Amino acid sequence: MSDTDGGYVPTLSQGVAARCVGLVKRYEDVTAVAGLDLEVAQGECFGLLGPNGAGKTTTVEVLEGLTRPDEGVVEVLGCRWGSGHDHELRERLGVQLQETQLGEKLTVEETLRLFASFFARSRPVGEVIATVELEEKRHARVGKLSGGQKQRLALACALVSDPDMLFLDEPTTGLDPQARLRVWDVVERFRARGGTVLLTTHAMEEASRLCDRVAIMDRGRVLTLGRPAALVAALGADQIVEFRARGEVAAERLAALPGVRGAVRTDDAWQLSVRQIDEALPALLGELERSGVALETLATHQATLEDVFVGLTGRALRDA
Amino acid sequence: MRERPASRPHPLVELTRARLLEFVREPEAVFWVFVFPVLLALALGIAFRTKPPERLRAVVVRGTPAAARVAALLAGAPDLDVAVLDAAASARALRTGRADVVVDAGPDRQDAPLAVTYRYDRTRAEGRAARLAVDDALERALGRRDRLAAREEPVTAPGTRYIDFLIPGLVGLNLMGSGMWGLGFAVVQARTRKLLKRFAATPMRRSHYLLSFILSRLVGLVLEVAVVVGFGWLLFGVAVRGSILALAAVAFLGSLTFAGIGLLVAARPRTVEGVSGWMNLVQLPMWLASGSFFSYERFPAAARPLIRALPLTALNDALRAVINDGAPLAATAHELLVMAAWAAVSFALALKLFRWQ
Repeated sequence: MSDTDGGYVPTLSQGVAARCVGLVKRYEDVTAVAGLDLEVAQGECFGLLGPNGAGKTTTVEVLEGLTRPDEGVVEVLGCRWGSGHDHELRERLGVQLQETQLGEKLTVEETLRLFASFFARSRPVGEVIATVELEEKRHARVGKLSGGQKQRLALACALVSDPDMLFLDEPTTGLDPQARLRVWDVVERFRARGGTVLLTTHAMEEASRLCDRVAIMDRGRVLTLGRPAALVAALGADQIVEFRARGEVAAERLAALPGVRGAVRTDDAWQLSVRQIDEALPALLGELERSGVALETLATHQATLEDVFVGLTGRALRDA
Repeated sequence: MRERPASRPHPLVELTRARLLEFVREPEAVFWVFVFPVLLALALGIAFRTKPPERLRAVVVRGTPAAARVAALLAGAPDLDVAVLDAAASARALRTGRADVVVDAGPDRQDAPLAVTYRYDRTRAEGRAARLAVDDALERALGRRDRLAAREEPVTAPGTRYIDFLIPGLVGLNLMGSGMWGLGFAVVQARTRKLLKRFAATPMRRSHYLLSFILSRLVGLVLEVAVVVGFGWLLFGVAVRGSILALAAVAFLGSLTFAGIGLLVAARPRTVEGVSGWMNLVQLPMWLASGSFFSYERFPAAARPLIRALPLTALNDALRAVINDGAPLAATAHELLVMAAWAAVSFALALKLFRWQ
């Protein structure tokens, strides 16, 4: 969580790795992306954060040249898809799709050799295997790998070409914390070599840890965009107080309590953005007592990107 | 532009290698392609093995003195098995194919000339043969004198047995089955697992991907043909009378044709169930009509031009010409042309229609 608000501030003078302007993609009955603008700077790790169905995957697949947008301008590494340079562009991109199942009968090494053969320039297979720490599984069949190992192999397939830009679609969804850390490690090492990353996630820890900037998406639009620390800071809260109570409480009364910046009602709980916990907590308890409302649960935590999302949508990220 | 180091393997080679590895590591696939046709040939070869000349079966209806007389007259007839059964059992034997002809001598009037009724199925060759054999035997036994001096010279021509007919048909069927199933399943599975989409995100040439299937089929084809032909030769002495090169050329084109049709069938479906239905729909008419197990001459003349336009018919005919008749490749030009047309059209359509995600 430490280096996200550290020295790195992307500026456009460093060059733009990917850009979309006014991106729209409709499927038969839904509009997956409804007018999206973003710019990913070269060398930065950019995160699309949002619940399932927010349009993250569609956006990434448009940038990867797999999906044709209905409207808007898309540029990746200075090229537009379909302008006759698709092949050269693919040489420079590393892609990990959500839910790709690699052939189960091939071994780790065979799979990587296959992917390496597609690219004009590729890293030695052994080196990539070492990067994702799969040396012991080099000769194991893909079908025998654990979820985390499969995910690292998918990463290796994306890295085998030594790409300039890496697209990762939910790289750690469904992985245990240990496996997730190892994936993060690989991404950070790619960053350290100067690569650009665009990743999607619905895990705020992942976004905070890996991303220089995040765009919080919901329903095909960007709700807000910035450095994770800045987005959290914009809440104006150090702490979040979450509580459930039996009985009715008025939002305006809660928001007006001393030390409280705002109050949001989620499905069955209240969430207060709190600047001064030492003032807010006694005031809250007093208010509840005065209103004759019985407190059921109460918890406080440091404000995170999740709270930014809740503040913007009134819904929790995970079950939105 | 980045340079391709000389040592780097070609993507087509790597894709083909991957295909072959995936195939040999799938035990079921190996069974269906190699073991199944051999078992089928074995079973059919045993069922239709060359036996001493089939004996004809005559049943005499019991119950009259004349019946006993007829049975006695037939006793020494060659190639004839004679049984005496009551009326109901005789009828049943005829109906169930255990008798080829039923001889009913009717009420016997002493000193009147012997009179018999033959009951048999005129549409069955055995029925007609049995009726003639019984009639001939009775006439001789009753003292007919033949005026023609006939001499018999039995021959058995190699290459005319059922197994000789069957082996090329099995080779053709096998090439169709493994071409279409092997290819169709692999493609649709890769599509379901989003592997096609993942490949599409690399600079892999799409034509390389489709070509790798054909190349891997060609490697498999050598083994498939060798297994069935070798088996037929070792166990049943079915010889390849034409040149091996001609056989290879016919099998190569046949394999190409069904790889193309397989790709076309697999070009769109998103599920394995979906592609299975289409595969069956395409293959079933050819299983039945293309003369793998029995000659398509049995179908009405009007249907034959249609049947001969089917790719499996062309392949089977060309294989039989080379294996059984020792025909040169040029003699199969028509069949080769039919196959080439199917191959070209289906490849072109498959490339156009192929769904990558």
